[in-house]
This record gives sequence, structure tokens and C-alpha cells, in this order.
Amino acid sequence: MVDVSQPTAPMTSPVGGVSARPARDERLKEASFVTKAMRRPELGALAGLVLVTIFFLSTADPSMFTLAGLMNILSPAAQLGILAIAAAMLMIGGEFDLSIGSMVAFAGLVFGSFVIITDWPLLLAIPATLIVAGLLGGVNGQIVIRTKLPSFIVTLAFLFILRGLSLVGLKWATGGSTQMRGIGAEAGESYVREIFSGVAFEGVFSWLAAQDLIAKFPNGMPTVTGVPVSIIWFVVFAAAATWILLRTRVGNWIFAAGGDPNAARNSGVPVDRVKTGLFMLTACAAALVAILTVLDAGSTDARRGFQKEFEAIIAAVIGGCLLTGGYGSAIGAFFGAIIFGMVSIGLTYTRFDSDWFQVFLGAMLLLAVLFNNFIRRKVTGER
Amino acid sequence: MTTNAPLIDIRNVVKHFGSVIALSGVSLTVNRGEVMCLLGDNGAGKSTLIKTLAGVHQPTSGEFLVDGRHVTFTSPRDALDAGIATVYQDLAMIPLMSVTRNFFMGREPVKGMWPFRYVDFDHCNEVTQEEMHKIGIDVRDPNQAVGTLSGGERQCVAIARAVYFGAKVLILDEPTSALGVAQTSMVLKYIHQVRQKGLGVIFITHNVRHAYAVGDRFTVLNRGKTLGTYAKSEIQIDELQNLMAGGKELQVLSSDLGGMV
Repeated sequence: MVDVSQPTAPMTSPVGGVSARPARDERLKEASFVTKAMRRPELGALAGLVLVTIFFLSTADPSMFTLAGLMNILSPAAQLGILAIAAAMLMIGGEFDLSIGSMVAFAGLVFGSFVIITDWPLLLAIPATLIVAGLLGGVNGQIVIRTKLPSFIVTLAFLFILRGLSLVGLKWATGGSTQMRGIGAEAGESYVREIFSGVAFEGVFSWLAAQDLIAKFPNGMPTVTGVPVSIIWFVVFAAAATWILLRTRVGNWIFAAGGDPNAARNSGVPVDRVKTGLFMLTACAAALVAILTVLDAGSTDARRGFQKEFEAIIAAVIGGCLLTGGYGSAIGAFFGAIIFGMVSIGLTYTRFDSDWFQVFLGAMLLLAVLFNNFIRRKVTGER
Repeated sequence: MTTNAPLIDIRNVVKHFGSVIALSGVSLTVNRGEVMCLLGDNGAGKSTLIKTLAGVHQPTSGEFLVDGRHVTFTSPRDALDAGIATVYQDLAMIPLMSVTRNFFMGREPVKGMWPFRYVDFDHCNEVTQEEMHKIGIDVRDPNQAVGTLSGGERQCVAIARAVYFGAKVLILDEPTSALGVAQTSMVLKYIHQVRQKGLGVIFITHNVRHAYAVGDRFTVLNRGKTLGTYAKSEIQIDELQNLMAGGKELQVLSSDLGGMV
């Protein structure tokens, strides 16, 4: 660097005076309105949801947007969404977990075994399943942190390990089958089960039907008896994750750990603990989905959660998460998952071949990545 | 409190990395209200020295006193707690996060009862706005991403953060090396302001002009050793330059290039 021949800053002026730097701020002011609107990572997902809704409102059978139709859309969205929100938090923290799909199958096996083989009540089997999953997530995280290998590769290994273990374990536990049946019957009815399967707010829905506010069968029963509990979990998890990310100290640490782990460490953020915690959370989210689906179906099999890791990451990206970490939102992943559910179910309400779903999926992902990239450059002022 | 003791006093600090001797007996003092410039060419041991001061590395041998008391740091957190804050050249701020979130990163004030403890971001925004105003950076919205600030502004925010959180000694790692002239003068001005508050500053640079503009004393490091410490009155800028570059070669080069180095 060629330097100026004078010392650059003569220190003659007294201190305390506010230095005036007008030129640059003027330009900032112009951009600030646009930047402000785009500062919300979930903007893209919300816009996408509006577009998709408009598309189906104009092409699909009107029954898609009845109460029953909406529950149809939201059920798969909820299962994916729980995974997607956890995946989004992990991505914001700067890591991936490709093993969550396999974790759903493995946690299903673990849960089924606790219920059927060790004959534990749900009150014990559910926390035990979450603990096993959490520990495995912690192992994932520790390997990533200690080896400094990309989490992409480490968790890809676990994708296969856990899927394989699910197959082997199921065959071992059932004497040769890749499906474990009778979990639902064995679990029995209890208050704990009500929290994890069936529908909620049945009273409200009966009342609404009695008041003729929602559709009902000729015998007076509402066509939709309640909200599936998985949807409640989905909404509660989305709200909690959003609050954590935006309003708490841990949330700030998650953004910092993903944004620049070194800068975060230098500022005293316990980056390794944050990342390990996020891996554990992701694994627990997978276990929760396993418990919800296994209790609903009454059985588990080795293909459960197949390719869900990709769908969850896609939903998170549609929700505004950057692949490089440090940016994104949980509520965006929430919308992303609903877009997913709407398109996968919605196509059956239209005259389009439902195999268009995958084409749509890829296109949506590409659009989202391009959009996110553009936003990132806006936000950071990169050129 | 032994107020007469230097803020930082290191004696004969040695640091080995395996067979590599990074520091072979470095001594340095920093007093209150003083800018101590640490000069040295690449590989002189500047980075190792500041990382040792910041608690990232543990010295192989030597004494380390803060406020006249012996200390041993095992982590950057220890150094921070002792009031030694390090502002790294490019690792200070996270561009994607807002100014406020960066400002309070790692030291977020929390409110409420566990598990509903939350960060009062409204209060944080106010504090950030106020602190930015004090140093003359007009942040229109403390929620704007740090990436929208200029390099000089980012350095100033990082320094302001350290000062706000009660640092007694600031270690600035080449804060001006990536900056243009106007930006540099903004940072140097702010360093001067920090000194007047009574903080000790260790200003690491390999730009003699930047050092001479704000420095009170100059320590030149070469090949892991201190070549000496000079007060501003004892040394001219050219001598300092020669000392730092290790003598004659640069002078020859300088005359070859018509005095432009």
C-alpha cells in the first residue's frame, strides 16, 4: 500500500466532537426502506405461501379450502414442519443434519421397543426415547465440533448408520419383519397418549357443529372432530422457536455461532455448547415426529422419515435460511412446511398429475436460494 | 488497588509452539491513558503476543501482571473478565447480524424468570443508539445489519463495545490495515478518545504513520524479541520505520522508489 506522505490523522482537534460524515449516510437512507422490508428472512416464504394459495384457489376443487381440506394439508405439513423448524435452527447455527429422516425411523424403533419389548408405560417410554435421540444428536454434534469436519459429511454417515440400524433392529426385535405392529394397542389409552395422538379441541368442534358454524354429518357429528395434535405441536414449536431465536440470549448465540463462530467465540459465546444443543434439539424433534406418527399409525417401519432430511432442509431454505448459516427464521420454516403440505396434497385436488410435485419442489428450492442470496447481499451491503 | 502499577506488565514472555520459538523473551508495559504501539513486520510475533495477552495462548514461561497482580489466563473469557478486551481486525463483528445484536453479543442483559428469561432488545437498541451517537456514528436503525456499515465504522463499533463493557485495556489488532484514509482517521480519532478516558491501548500495526499519529510509546518486535521501547519524544518516524524493517534494506529500497515506501 502506498501511503500518504502526511500522517493521516492529525490529533489536534479536541475529542468529544461528533465527526460529521454526511455523504455515506445519505446513500444508506435511500436504501433503508427496501432493506427494512427485506430484513425479515421469512418474507420470501410468506410471499410463496400467498402465491401458492392463489394458485390453488384458482385451479383446485373448492373442497380443498374447507375445514376438512385444510386439516388434510396441515397434517403432513405439521410432521415435516417440526423437523423443518429444528433443521432451520440448526442451519442458522451454521450446521446441517442429514440424519433426521433416519432418526425418525430409528427413534420409532426405539420407542416401539420401549413400549412392546420392555413394556414401559408411555410416561416412561416417551422421555426415554427423547433422551436416546438427544444423546445420538449430541454424538453427532461432538463429532462435528471435535473433528471440525463439515456436518454435511458426518451426518450423511449417520443417515446410513441410523437407517441401517433401524432395519437390523426391527428385524431383530420382530423376528425378521421390517415393520413393528401393535404399538398403538400396547400403549393403551391414557392422558399422556392424548397429548401425542388423536385430535384436540373436540368439545369446541362439537359445539361449533351444533351451532351450524362448521360442516357436519347428518347425525350431527362434525366432519372434522378436532385439530390433530401434531398440528398443535407444530404451531407451539414454531412459536417457541421463534421466541427463542428473536428474544432470548440463546437465540442471539445461535445467530452468532452460525454467522461467524470465531467472532462469536471471541465475544464469549459458548459456540460449541450452542451447536451441540442444536444437534440434540434436531434429533429430539425427529424423535417427537416418530412418537406422533407411531402412536397415530400404531406401528413403525424402517422406511419412516425416508428423505425427510431433504424436505426439512428445503422447507428451511424456503423459509429464508442461508446454507452458510447465521441467517434465517423459524416462522419461515413454518410457512415453508405449509407450502409443502399445500402443494403435495393440493395437487390431488386439481387436474394436474400429482407427480408434478417434485418438479415444483425443485423449482421452489431454486427460487428460494436465488431470492435468499439476493436478500443476503442487500442486508449485508455486499456488492 | 495499586494505582501506580502499569495496567499491563509482561516480563520475559516466551512462547514455543513445538519446536518453533514464536516469542523469545518479550517485555512490555501499558499504562493508563496511554497508547502503546506494537510494531513489527510479518512474522515478528505480534499475533502470538496479543493472543497470549488475550488468553488464547498460554505463555511457555514469563510473568504476566495486570494492575500489579500476577495472573494466568486459561481462556479468552478470563482475559475479558480481567478487563482486557481484544478487537480483532476482521473477526470482530458478524455482518449478517444487527448492530445491536453484535454490540451485546455474548453479554446480553436478560430479564424475567427462567425459563422465560428474555433479552430486552428495546433497551439494547437504545443503549446501542446512544453509544453509537457518542462516537459519532449515526446509525439510523440499530436493527440494521453490521454488513451495511463501513470497515471503519465496524472497527469503531467493536471498540465502543469493548469500552462499554468495562475494558481497562484495549488490544487493537491492526484496526486500520484494511481501511482507506478517511476511515483510518475515524478509527485513529476514536483511539485517541478512548485514551482520554484513561484506558490503556495496545495498538498493533505495521504502518508506522498510523502508529506515530496516535502512539505515546512504541515497542518494536522483531523475530520474537523486543528491539526496544521508545517514547514519542525519543524517536523520529524514520528511525522507527528503519527499526521495524530491520535496518538498511528498506532505506535502500525507499531511495530506489523515490521515497514512496
